[in-house]
Amino acid sequence: MKCQKCNKPATFHITDLVDGISELHLCENCAQAFLSPGGQDTSEVSLGVSGLIAQQLAVGETAEELARLDQRVCPVCGVSFLEFRKQGRLGCPYDYTCFSKELEPLLMNIHDETRHVGKVPKRCSVDAKQQTQLIRLRREMKEAISSENYERASELRDKIREIEEQRPKPSARS
Amino acid sequence: MTLDQLVTSSGEWLKGTGPNSEIVVSSRVRLARNLADYPFISRANESDRAEIERLVRERLAVLSDGDRFDAKLMYVNLGEIEDVDRTFLMERQLISRELCEAKGARAVAIDPSERFSVMVNEEDHLRIQVMHSGLDLEDALSQANHLDDLLEEQLNYAFSDHFGYLTACPTNVGTGIRVSVMLHLSALVMTKQIEKVFRSLQKINLAVRGLYGEGSQALGDFYQVSNQVTLGMSEQELAKKVADVVPVLIDYERQARDYLLRETQETLHDRVSRAYGILRSAQTISSEETLFHLSSLRMGVNLGLISEVDIPTVNKLFVHTQPAHLQKLAGSDLDASDRNVERASYLRKHLNDGDRRGGGKSGSN
Repeated sequence: MKCQKCNKPATFHITDLVDGISELHLCENCAQAFLSPGGQDTSEVSLGVSGLIAQQLAVGETAEELARLDQRVCPVCGVSFLEFRKQGRLGCPYDYTCFSKELEPLLMNIHDETRHVGKVPKRCSVDAKQQTQLIRLRREMKEAISSENYERASELRDKIREIEEQRPKPSARS
Repeated sequence: MTLDQLVTSSGEWLKGTGPNSEIVVSSRVRLARNLADYPFISRANESDRAEIERLVRERLAVLSDGDRFDAKLMYVNLGEIEDVDRTFLMERQLISRELCEAKGARAVAIDPSERFSVMVNEEDHLRIQVMHSGLDLEDALSQANHLDDLLEEQLNYAFSDHFGYLTACPTNVGTGIRVSVMLHLSALVMTKQIEKVFRSLQKINLAVRGLYGEGSQALGDFYQVSNQVTLGMSEQELAKKVADVVPVLIDYERQARDYLLRETQETLHDRVSRAYGILRSAQTISSEETLFHLSSLRMGVNLGLISEVDIPTVNKLFVHTQPAHLQKLAGSDLDASDRNVERASYLRKHLNDGDRRGGGKSGSN
């Protein structure tokens, strides 16, 4: 894809969520000009989450590093960093663990903080990996079914059931 | 309780009661929560969404049947109802525009007094929303926390010690809370000071939106002020941040009203009286024009310039003259020009002939 401003290859894909959803495809130079404070196009423009991600990544990441980062995929839900960057939405709770290094500066940018200090649920002991293993197993099962690997699918189904059985049951207090 | 029974009632937030309710219409607390066992909505396929909807429905039923809520909840499967009913729920602020316009399995559980609702499969799996009349953030927050505790008994939330409640969008992570206050800032709009107020709020990290989330040209001069940050501060601190700025905004609005009364009393009185005149005599009127005049009327009532109408009636007219409400009240689908005629007729009926007070009571029409 070519940059919408100068025809060089576009490496930044910015989605503006503020004034309705609009997409911009820019090369590195034009993206920096677009994102830098005081740049021609930025006056009064707030960029939304995707813009913030692009802005933060524009600092210190080369095109190759960015391309490599974009290829990274969450092992649980299968969302790639590129997809997150484009949509501004994460794919599953495990993304916060899997992309934590990239998310921390973004959270700093949005919230000025990266650590939660508020309410904590009363029952919450399992770690992130355990918490989200059902998402991964269900996805793998669907993939196994679509590739007609029914043996694997049934193994996975049993595993899913086993975990569901072990899960602390919500109280049925009434 | 059915959806149709909601139509003629008014809902908690329209009551027009509570401290400073002439300016502060309502206080709202919203919590974003996700289930640990499912992908976030953007990554969830149709069967994931259907399963989340079923799971939440069943667990809410356990709570509702066990009388854990103050009253039995009304559960509405939003995929199975007509467009006009979904829009009706949005106009009533029981669901968000996003949930109204979404596709696939999604639902809302509604408290019959409309003090809270739980949205299912919005941007996050769960959005718990509490809405109280007037300035009442503390109670709204404690009710939201209580509902959250009840749901947490039944559902496994996605939570991390480091990042807090995990949400689909990183702008909500941590507490997942949005604390907002809806203000009627008509005098600040009239004196053209509203933009200045916006800029100062943005400087202290508070967001400003219109009645249904729109930008600076808010419908009916209603503005929602809310926290922008959700991480690194506790729920109480975030609520306090919003609560602390409200008296300042009330003070600005009162000063602007005093100024208008002092310096331009005839002009102001004329504007209010004309608004009232148009609303009670028009034969066809658009939604925008209605909101514009209702805003002047509301301020006029609060300033004592109009005495025969009360605030609950005006509040109710704001919502009942919206497109889906009109069609539900009329009991048929109406196109835009028929709606304008129906709207004018509804306004005439409620602003003439001694039916101008007590709009907060249900079934007054």
